[in-house]
Amino acid sequence: MNGAWHEVRAPQLAQALEDLGYGDSVVSTAVNGEFVAVQARALTCLCEGDRVEVLAPMQGG
Amino acid sequence: MLELYGTRLSSHLLLGTARYPSPALLSAAVRASGCEVVTVALRREAAGERAGQGFWSLIRELPVQVLPNTAGCHTVKEAVTTAHMAREVFGTRWLKLEVIGEDDTLQPDVFGLVEAARILCAEGFQVFPYTTEDLVVAERLLEAGCELLMPWGAPIGSGRGLSNLYGLKCLRAHVSHVPLIIDAGLGVPSHAAQALELGFDAVLVNSAVAQAKDPVQMAAAFAQAVSAGLAARAAGPMEPRDFAAPSTPVIGTAFRG
Repeated sequence: MNGAWHEVRAPQLAQALEDLGYGDSVVSTAVNGEFVAVQARALTCLCEGDRVEVLAPMQGG
Repeated sequence: MLELYGTRLSSHLLLGTARYPSPALLSAAVRASGCEVVTVALRREAAGERAGQGFWSLIRELPVQVLPNTAGCHTVKEAVTTAHMAREVFGTRWLKLEVIGEDDTLQPDVFGLVEAARILCAEGFQVFPYTTEDLVVAERLLEAGCELLMPWGAPIGSGRGLSNLYGLKCLRAHVSHVPLIIDAGLGVPSHAAQALELGFDAVLVNSAVAQAKDPVQMAAAFAQAVSAGLAARAAGPMEPRDFAAPSTPVIGTAFRG
């Protein structure tokens, strides 16, 4: 996740985010380069080696 | 009045939100500029860090619309995925589309840009493409569905002003029916005034304000320059000429004849 390896207990993306401490943060997610909408996180199962991006609002030009 | 994808704006100045000394100075600079649009980005957020959450709270307190960018994307795939993620987080169809092709100049990869613009416009995004002054690329972006263009003045963060005046003038003359926003490379307010005097519709400025010794004062200065440039354009500037033309009447000049 975000370039670092994590062990997650739950296979679902939504639960993994919760377990890793994202809670109610405003973030957007992608798995293996594909956008995963908020509504799809509970249905998205993670596999060994999946690459997850968790992005939040940031300063930009 | 500036109209971007049907949204009417009073200010012809757009401001970036990066590289300010502090969030308080960012907020004060935005207010001092009178701008109604600010650019924002998405970046990785570590769990528990919540830096992005604080930034987003600050932006939402400002009287502005956000224009998310795809800064840092080097491929069509990265840009399209980032666009989807930005639309969800920021709740807007607006997108400043950047596909970077070269790291020293941050020059757009115009081939990838056109391809990404075509995909995103078809998906309903209202794309603000960060492009060059190239006329053919401009035509391709408009064909893809873009209703405005954002040509660079100079490389991002360089502060060099309008580097290719001839090319930009040609672009303005060639593309007269859609808004053109000079994006990137402006360093001082006179660069912004020059852009508006040449007939460009707006400017987007970030580093020139954020990196100034006093960002708030510089934001106000850019606002004044944009107003001056707009007024000058409306007033119809004189044509430059190669030789002198006496401003004082020569008839009745003493000691002659």
